[in-house]
Amino acid sequence: MAKSDQGRLRSVSYLLIRSVLPILMALVVAGILLVIIGKDPIGFYIGVFQNGIMGDNWQHSLVMMTPLLLIAIGLIVAFRGQLWNLGYDGQFLLAGVVVAGLAPQLIEATSPGVAYLLLTIAAVVVGAAWTYIPAHLKARFGTNEIITTLVMSIIGVGLTNILIHYFFQDPSVRTPRTSSIPMDVMLPYIPGTHVHVGFIIAIIAAIVFQFILKRTSFGLRLDVFGASPKSARHVGIKSGRMIILLFAISGGLIGLAASMDIFGQWGYMRTNWNPAYGDEIVPFVFLARLSPLGAIPFIAFYSVFATGGMIASQEAGFSSQFLKVIVALILIFMAITEYIGTKRDLGQSYLPDELKETIKRPFANFASRGGKP
Amino acid sequence: MPGTTDNSEEPALIALHGITKAFPGVIANNDISLELFAGQVHCLLGENGAGKSTLISILAGLQMPDSGTIEVLGKPVVIGSPRIAMRLGIGVVHQHSTLVPTLSVIENLMLGESGLRLREKQAKDRLEELSELLGTKINPHSAARDLGLGQQQQVEIAKAMWTGTQLLILDEPTSMLTPSAIDNLAESLERVKARGIGIVFITHKLREAYRMGDCVTVLRGGRNVAFLSRDNLRDLSEEDVKSSILRAMFGEDLSAVGNADQAAELAGASEARRETRARVVDGAVRLQFAGVSSGGRSMDTPVKDVSFELRSGEILGIAGIDGHGQVPLAELAAGQRSVSSGTITLEAEDITRMGVRARQAAGVRYVTDDRLHEGTVPNLSVALNLMLKRIGQAPFWRFGQINNKAIDNHAQGLIDKYSIRTPSSHTRVGTLSGGNIQKVLLARELEGGARVVVVNKPTAGLDLKTVRLVHEMLQDFVDTGGSVLLISTEMDELVELSHRIAILSRGRLVGMVENDGADVAERVGVFMTGGSSDGEE
Repeated sequence: MAKSDQGRLRSVSYLLIRSVLPILMALVVAGILLVIIGKDPIGFYIGVFQNGIMGDNWQHSLVMMTPLLLIAIGLIVAFRGQLWNLGYDGQFLLAGVVVAGLAPQLIEATSPGVAYLLLTIAAVVVGAAWTYIPAHLKARFGTNEIITTLVMSIIGVGLTNILIHYFFQDPSVRTPRTSSIPMDVMLPYIPGTHVHVGFIIAIIAAIVFQFILKRTSFGLRLDVFGASPKSARHVGIKSGRMIILLFAISGGLIGLAASMDIFGQWGYMRTNWNPAYGDEIVPFVFLARLSPLGAIPFIAFYSVFATGGMIASQEAGFSSQFLKVIVALILIFMAITEYIGTKRDLGQSYLPDELKETIKRPFANFASRGGKP
Repeated sequence: MPGTTDNSEEPALIALHGITKAFPGVIANNDISLELFAGQVHCLLGENGAGKSTLISILAGLQMPDSGTIEVLGKPVVIGSPRIAMRLGIGVVHQHSTLVPTLSVIENLMLGESGLRLREKQAKDRLEELSELLGTKINPHSAARDLGLGQQQQVEIAKAMWTGTQLLILDEPTSMLTPSAIDNLAESLERVKARGIGIVFITHKLREAYRMGDCVTVLRGGRNVAFLSRDNLRDLSEEDVKSSILRAMFGEDLSAVGNADQAAELAGASEARRETRARVVDGAVRLQFAGVSSGGRSMDTPVKDVSFELRSGEILGIAGIDGHGQVPLAELAAGQRSVSSGTITLEAEDITRMGVRARQAAGVRYVTDDRLHEGTVPNLSVALNLMLKRIGQAPFWRFGQINNKAIDNHAQGLIDKYSIRTPSSHTRVGTLSGGNIQKVLLARELEGGARVVVVNKPTAGLDLKTVRLVHEMLQDFVDTGGSVLLISTEMDELVELSHRIAILSRGRLVGMVENDGADVAERVGVFMTGGSSDGEE
């Protein structure tokens, strides 16, 4: 028993190393880059920490975390079934514009509570509905969903702008944008903070989906389906229905993220606004090994980094686009760590053979020359 | 001393020294030393799980040994990747086909090329050269899937020898071949050997090892337990060779297996005995196909207008050349494929439109031939795989929540009953040997109210002890009133087990033979060759 515990401990710490190492290495290399462009990396990282966590800043990070975490769960559900839903931007914006466009009138006509509920349901439905065409094509014809979701996403982004222009335009301003939800009827704060209750909903969603994926029969069916569609058919899982359901859940969660973000943080939408939350968190979803609870620390890390980094980079005098460089570095180091990890699992050597040979060759030449008198 | 050299002076083509490779829970290779010489066929003999495959993956650069060294022509090397293995002149023909079925022969052969442009002219010349060497004729433009199995294998050998191979490794090359194709293979290997190329021939059949090998190494439990040099093979009588190999293969197990004759049979030393006692079954009709044709879009041969009755207590064999509708037939019975016309009835109940899960519950079970990617989910535990078709059912799920204890208890019971060899019920099923994976499938399908079991190639690729175990399980199942639809390409197996044998050709049942003792195999063979025009015979 103790032995198996030890084994489990080792595999957990191994997993932890594999997940955290890419981030640490990315931070180190990003620091080196900063030195090269003549900035102070230590100061920058301290700035990130101060602006992301210290004082009341942690509250901004939690607000930022809300949509990111919900989208992450949405991606996890689809990715576990080996369905690559990359249409998150279109799903998010369309759901968002429905909320932003209808909320001011609906709140006035009924009450904030009714509006939250109805429009959140509407956002979930819109997000889910926007996945239906890719899902149906995949289920019926096996069409590659990476392409169809991306195309639908582009259409969704365009449609959002059209909706703002022609239907939801705030008549009182010139700029193309929706009317604002009045500050006092936005989502209430968690008592004692300035973090809206959407954050609690996101955490609850993570717990609920962790349970669904790990403890229910649906979760196991999903894993079987993701592992092999052939096995799924063999055990009587209807793959067409599974594809449509997984896409709908994924899109629905992204729609929920949009509703929470508009009700809780922004209160309105303008044209050409696209936070592209999904792009930033895809690497973290994989670092968390597609586990909803596991995603929480990674998303928290990124949120702190994004909120703190935005201000810190301005203070230090360079573009906040540098954050994207760090995300890219994390992706690169993640790929390397996975490559080495897989090699290790197979008991192979860590370095590619070609590289080793190239390194060895000069020494071998030297040795053979040195051997001759 | 096992593994030490012949008298020869020349350095070994490849020498392995003290190769050890361990996986969690099992030492696959334990201090194995071997020397392989040019122009010799070195047979590696051993049961499944003896460590043959691991040794091959080490030589092929797919895995690295934990310890031990490899020398090529006396120089130590590290084979860290398949590319390095190729550069060292090691070519491997794997047990399962690696050809892309839709590509032509020449395209398959050029797949490994790295240049910017494909040099088809050169490739054709090389193929011609190799065809001559192998003594075969292969049309470079026919698609790989249109070739018979024997020819496909010749292409695989050509592929392995494509870049000037010094050592050719063949992993169980005869397991899928007909006797005449095996003869062709033996001839080809003679020619390759005459060119001074070393050959490693892996098998679990003693007969083949004795016939083709210049020297024989026997592996058991990851250890090198016996080595018979060329001189040994020449000097000893056939009987002595066989008995010493058998002792090495089964060791102390020899007594557990039974007497020496049974061991010899297990090791395929003697021709398989065909047990052909007349069998009459008068049980009630359990499963009935009436004019059933398969529907849906699929790439394989559809089944057309198939009718038969399967009685309780009966094993109905389905013979036929591979790819003539076996999989669609099995899937029709299991409910995995839709019926376009005809009806399927289970004990007078029409189940034509019933889905997989409902049929499973009604006692219709299916043991697929694709054990690893269809029958199991390799990354899930043995315990979960054992209840894969009962996801969501009580007692494994209570109030929608998984009950790991019930699943473990259920698994432990089946592991004991079917003697599945696994470190624990939590082990990932993909890490088990082929025989144990098959036991997992059989345990799952035969238990819990099974009435009809469809088995597709139930013993393909298994070692002979497990083959016998599987046959016994099926026999026991029908003895207690079950019904088995046995789809197989092994004539011996069909004749040994079936009460009647139906012959499937191009998706149709073209004949039915009672297994009543007199030249059954020949009569089945007549239907098989009469009903089809392709294949290599």
